[in-house]
Amino acid sequence: MIAPLQDAVRFDSITEVTWTQLVKASGMDEAELAELVRYGALEPRDPSAPTWTFESHWLLVARNASRLRRDFDLDPHGVSVVLSFLDRIEALEAELRALRAQVG
Amino acid sequence: MKYKDYYGILGVKRDANADEIKTAYRKLARKYHPDVSKEADAEAKFKEMSEAYETLKDPEKRAAYDQLGTHRPGQDFRPPPDWGEHFAQGQSGFEDVDLSDLFAGLAGRAGRRGGARADRAMPGSDYEAVVRISFDQAFHGTEIDLELSALEWDPDGGMRRVPHRVRTRIPRGVTNGEKLRVPGKGGKGINGGPDGDLYLDIEVADHPLYRVSGNDLYIDLPLAPWEATLGTSVELPTPAGAVTLRVPPGTRAGQQLRLSGRGMTRGSGAAGHLYALVRIEVPTVVDDAQKALYRQLAESSNFDPRAHLAKEAK
Repeated sequence: MIAPLQDAVRFDSITEVTWTQLVKASGMDEAELAELVRYGALEPRDPSAPTWTFESHWLLVARNASRLRRDFDLDPHGVSVVLSFLDRIEALEAELRALRAQVG
Repeated sequence: MKYKDYYGILGVKRDANADEIKTAYRKLARKYHPDVSKEADAEAKFKEMSEAYETLKDPEKRAAYDQLGTHRPGQDFRPPPDWGEHFAQGQSGFEDVDLSDLFAGLAGRAGRRGGARADRAMPGSDYEAVVRISFDQAFHGTEIDLELSALEWDPDGGMRRVPHRVRTRIPRGVTNGEKLRVPGKGGKGINGGPDGDLYLDIEVADHPLYRVSGNDLYIDLPLAPWEATLGTSVELPTPAGAVTLRVPPGTRAGQQLRLSGRGMTRGSGAAGHLYALVRIEVPTVVDDAQKALYRQLAESSNFDPRAHLAKEAK
């Protein structure tokens, strides 16, 4: 039997995910994930809304957070600091890639 | 089932205490965690050591592991006859499972015993897979068939590995290192719980001609000195087919000639550009007649490529 073809979807700033989806995908404790929002490591579309929604790329950040939490035994504050470093590394790597592409 | 020496992997003695195990793990995690490590096989190494740590840090799992006895790493073995009774009730065959599955099974069983009623809906777990595609597949989008191995629970509480096939469409314009999600293609939900998702880690192979930067592409365009000076038209390959590129007179080395919209297209967004990076190539072998022409050019030209050196040095 041939399995049906299913679309792989991007993580972007257009698609929206709910708080419940974020909690489920991260596998993290809801209170700890909320702590990451308070530290600014996760940014809801409207932090003052009664229920939070997020651009779908935050789902990857939440999963990263959960992995760091588990692999390094970090508390949410430690996770938020590491996430900001990883963010900077990613931006620097993108810049390096761009420069390398232009230099040849 | 192949034996793995969890103590050896973490580099601790079999009688190490919980603190020693934790310290050994932390030391190795700093070195091999894929987020911080540049070691070539960091990912595989880290997976191995976190599997070892997951088992040894938990007293119940560690006791179960110790009861398996000592074997050579990689040696085929079967758990002792009464092992299943104590630690994996209901598990009969051990051929289709991995050593780590046994301990994942222990955790699953504990979770079911504690609180989870038999009829309670449980979401399926998320899977992850690495997908390697060519540059062309990334540029145009592609369909791929994935065959994964999934751990499945029997109704009687045993478990086994089963093939898990997924056909999926990768959208055009994905880049190296990008992650994608295939909704509902992870583990099956239990008692009506939602199915898990499948996360794809995309690896795009380098192309011999094109270099990728975001949605833009770069290609080297070598020109002869006279082509750069006089201008020319060249046939330039692009991922969507060759185009004729007009090189204006007086083109300099390092200049970028932009082919608008010939880069990557991400989804329904605007296409990136293709930049032809000009290089001036000089012939190394010239015959006497050509040398004479160069001399003639040198004598008649008042072009000074180093004029700025004298000016700036003052």
